[in-house]
Amino acid sequence: MTAVAHPVVLGPLSREASPKSAPGLDLAKIRGDFPILAEHINGKRLVYLDNAATSQKPRVVLNAIAHYYEHLNANIHRGVHTLSVRATEAHDAARKTVKRFINAADTREIIFVRGATEAINLVAQTYGRKHVGAGDEVLITAMEHHSNIVPWQILCEEKGAHLRVAPINDRGELLLDQFEKLIGLRTKIVAVTQVSNALGTITPLSTMIEMAHKRGVPVLVDGAQAVPHMPVDVQALDCDFYAFSGHKVYGPTGIGVLYGKRALLEAMPPYQGGGDMISSVTFEKTTYNVLPYKFEAGTPDIAGAIALGAALDYISGIGMDKIAAHGQDLLAYATETVGAIPGVQLIGTASERAGVLSFVLDGVHPHDLGTILDREGIAIRTGHHCAQPVMERFHIPATARASFAVYNTREEVDALVGGIRAAREVFQ
Amino acid sequence: MSAELGELSDLYQEVILEHSKAPRNFRKPEATNRHAEGYNPLCGDRCSVYLDVENGAIKDIGFQGSGCAISRASASMMTQALKGKSKEEAAKLFEEFHNLVTGDPEAMKNAADLGKLAAFGGVSKFPARVKCATLAWHTLQSALEGKEDETVSTE
Repeated sequence: MTAVAHPVVLGPLSREASPKSAPGLDLAKIRGDFPILAEHINGKRLVYLDNAATSQKPRVVLNAIAHYYEHLNANIHRGVHTLSVRATEAHDAARKTVKRFINAADTREIIFVRGATEAINLVAQTYGRKHVGAGDEVLITAMEHHSNIVPWQILCEEKGAHLRVAPINDRGELLLDQFEKLIGLRTKIVAVTQVSNALGTITPLSTMIEMAHKRGVPVLVDGAQAVPHMPVDVQALDCDFYAFSGHKVYGPTGIGVLYGKRALLEAMPPYQGGGDMISSVTFEKTTYNVLPYKFEAGTPDIAGAIALGAALDYISGIGMDKIAAHGQDLLAYATETVGAIPGVQLIGTASERAGVLSFVLDGVHPHDLGTILDREGIAIRTGHHCAQPVMERFHIPATARASFAVYNTREEVDALVGGIRAAREVFQ
Repeated sequence: MSAELGELSDLYQEVILEHSKAPRNFRKPEATNRHAEGYNPLCGDRCSVYLDVENGAIKDIGFQGSGCAISRASASMMTQALKGKSKEEAAKLFEEFHNLVTGDPEAMKNAADLGKLAAFGGVSKFPARVKCATLAWHTLQSALEGKEDETVSTE
């Protein structure tokens, strides 16, 4: 077969070297906690930089799942037998862990769901259907993930309501004055992200919540990209709802959390009907169960909740402040080194960012870049990141996105930089 | 390309890179009577294929859109391969091309029959990229079937 004219030689990638930087983190130990990091992809040590899509899982999480099925497995809230009691206790303990982790006031405010997507759909379909009527408005921002757009569109379409979108500037920052102006008399709920999955922007959440509350409008926060990167305190934020996914914060897929203020949750109609969410059923009348069970119909992902608890305990043990500092250090280093590559344009240059470096490379489509990096064992995301309106805002079809986790190192960022430079040579 | 990039040199063969940088028939022909839009929702690639079909034969063909190197080169080389071909020949070529990029052993063996298009044989080692290579062809098929107002999706 014909070979490409220009030889491409990648520089030596010192991925085996002891990880440097990272204030106060024992990165070598942390990396050792994640079995998958020893994988080789195309003969190269895996460099996993697709953490905004899903994070890898530490051994304690994998062990929690195995332990549950080996020693506790039974249905919860119903059996008098020992296993059912054990399973119920472990599930309850996981809820307490989540409560502690986001500093909720009460465990009854923690609803286990499948993920942030289901959490947002739950609020749209219960609180939203009850309170949003014809001519009313739902306010979101221009940097939302599809999961914080589509559930509101479905609601608005059903109710004859309007979806309003607060704009962002060319750096990917929310225009706060525009946001404030868009909170009107007809605004029934505000739904905003804490960290943009496509741009990395950290939104000025406290101010936004204050603005909404001044007008008596509740705020739902999509915290899917925030929870892995910063300490979250729902009481300090004073948000009304907070949604996040377990799998982006080192837990398993299929489990996530909706936090809601107790008074709001109490007043909301149930989401799905079924077992566990009732106190009594007759054909004439059903009485719904108390919180949080009212919103947890059917046998839940018991092992998933327990494993999520293990994941949150694991990162709490490391310390969210340290994890946040490490993330900021990596992002700053990546912004500097990737941004210095000729032809690279960073997409999303907000003054406050977390976790995500999105960029395009002149003359190389993100998809081609993704394939070339994959040959080097480097996993990044390429595409629209389930945020097509963001892509439209920046007049691009797609970006390449590197996203970081607690186990990533500066050496891995160096490997990324080497891979991007190699891709440039292929397409020169 | 050096050995460091291994199978990449099978995917990004010189002819493919050359077509991706300077795509042929990257235009809307003056006279067209068939047209379809292709879209790959996974990566956001778009492809418009324009045809001038006369007496069952493709008299002129052009494409426009944005996409990765594989999708652009595939569209470019497709337009070259199809000019003057009958609708039936085009359909047959698509089938053979599709078999090639999905790694059908028979198609791999007979790749040389496809002429320049044989360069896409390397795509079969990159299953995630098959949709890139076939987007233009799916769009062509839709245009030939006269589905004017329908955007063909690779999903």
